[in-house]
Amino acid sequence: MNETVPGTSDRPGTVASGTSHQPVSSREVRRRFERHQKRRSTLIALTSTLVVVGLLVALIPQTPGWYKVKRSFFDGDVFSETFPRLLEAFVKDVQIFLWCAPCILVWGMVLAVCRSVRTPALFPLRLFAAAYTDVFRGVPVILTILLIGFGVPGLGMDRPWNSPYLWGSVALVLTYSSYVAEVFRAGIESVHESQRAGARSLGLSSGQTLRFVVIPQAVRRVVPPLMNDLVSLQKDVALVSLIGPIEILRQAGIDKSKFANFTPYLGAALIFLALTIPETRFVDHLMARERRRTSGTTIR
Amino acid sequence: MNTKISLRSVEKSFGDRKVLDGVDLDVASSEVIAFIGSSGSGKSTLLRCINLLESIDDGAILLDGVDISLPGLDADPIRRRIGMVFQNFNLFPHMNVLRNVTLAPRKVLGLSADEADDRGHELLRRLGLHDRAGAYPDQLSGGQQQRVAIARSLAMEPEVMLLDEITSALDPELVGEVLDVVRELKGNGMTMLLATHEMGFAREIADRVCFLHQGQILECAPPNELFGAPRNERTQQFLQRVIDSGRL
Ligand SMILES: Nc1ncnc2c1ncn2[C@@H]1O[C@H](COP(=O)(O)OP(=O)(O)OP(=O)(O)O)[C@@H](O)[C@H]1O
Ligand SMILES: [Mg+2]
Repeated sequence: MNETVPGTSDRPGTVASGTSHQPVSSREVRRRFERHQKRRSTLIALTSTLVVVGLLVALIPQTPGWYKVKRSFFDGDVFSETFPRLLEAFVKDVQIFLWCAPCILVWGMVLAVCRSVRTPALFPLRLFAAAYTDVFRGVPVILTILLIGFGVPGLGMDRPWNSPYLWGSVALVLTYSSYVAEVFRAGIESVHESQRAGARSLGLSSGQTLRFVVIPQAVRRVVPPLMNDLVSLQKDVALVSLIGPIEILRQAGIDKSKFANFTPYLGAALIFLALTIPETRFVDHLMARERRRTSGTTIR
Repeated sequence: MNTKISLRSVEKSFGDRKVLDGVDLDVASSEVIAFIGSSGSGKSTLLRCINLLESIDDGAILLDGVDISLPGLDADPIRRRIGMVFQNFNLFPHMNVLRNVTLAPRKVLGLSADEADDRGHELLRRLGLHDRAGAYPDQLSGGQQQRVAIARSLAMEPEVMLLDEITSALDPELVGEVLDVVRELKGNGMTMLLATHEMGFAREIADRVCFLHQGQILECAPPNELFGAPRNERTQQFLQRVIDSGRL
């Protein structure tokens, strides 16, 4: 907002002084000043964007490889022929996402609660949860998918227990629940000790305290980072294609080979963006609201 | 007069630091005890030990003659009988006033939602908060929040109330409304143990005032005696400091 240094004529006191003999309230002067500033920054932002975009449009076609790139990535005919199929395949991604997400949230919460229990008798549980999150956070998701996706069906079980959808999803749940568990745990730990004291002093058990007092507050606080993880999950579902299921990435690969053209990948990217951009905007909105709620105003 | 709470050489350390160093006290039913003493003398720790929020290292705490400090005892049923109100209210920020008050009666005593709501509304009316039942804690003044905290505690119908500096987080003009509630509780015969820096209030409400110093009760006497003619030298020094700072 502050990329311009206001010249003397922008200073609050002088805006109205020349034009009017009426005394102008200081509030009015401030309002005018802020309006003026806002218009000015919008104008600057607009101009600089136009210049940059204009340069790109003008310069990129001048590059020696542009013609080839344009043909193999931006082929309109290929696009319109493959796009519906991609969209259809994308339904599979959404399905995988929709059944994985609830499992991840529940399992992640279970792990977080296990890591937060303080009863010595339940120490093994805590140890298990800690080891679990360490392992699955430390291994790239793609490796987990490959290991589980090729490993478990290798045991030779009958349908449906050899389905790549199943084991791909399991791999996603294993990995993402470890991320989500850490988010929940941070939330649980951020609830002040005095909340527990307040609840326990009323005779609530430690389980009731966790359930009615600590977890509701923890969850509220971690909604934005949680949503971020879910947006990542939405994208990583495509990795399941590596072990077989024909979802959007795989479909794009098939069409790429068929047409000897990369345009299907572009189509797939656009489809992802159509979903993930609104999602990330929504998360940003939630975060901004949380910040406003906790700090009153936003600092420029 | 029967004894409600007995403290028998209660000891408590945090690490190497002895915070309670042999506290002995018998509290009769309907008696009001005020703990005074400088910051760090162990007032909060003592109250937290009685509420079993801290376990003691040695000694015993008896409620109606039964040792409640035995290790391994289920603390939850005992805490139900002993209400505690904290300096910073510790209200649940995600619940409205009524839910704050009715949570424990419903989940711990097993009251139905209607029964608990009736009890909650009745208490809020008594504490002058009936029009704020739907408000959230952060929409209330400090005095109102503290009264909700008291209502929340009373909803469990405790036999004893522990009040830990319940007015010290409040603006001076809000202190009165909270103290009124404590007066009313005393009028109803509630057994109370309170830690306070409000000497005037301790003098007015307490049957006995106990001076705590480095984890020991050095002197315990009716307010007129303790404030008028303190016997222990430390008590005299403490009260002198209080007078010098204009807080008496
Ligand atoms: N959880 C804890 N861990 C370690 N030390 C503690 C803990 N709680 C209290 N203490 C220490 O015990 C001593 C007594 O604390 P306590 O809170 O009981 O004092 P107090 O009399 O209530 O003081 P104040 O008037 O400031 O509230 C202090 O020195 C404090 O630092
Ligand atoms: Mg204290």
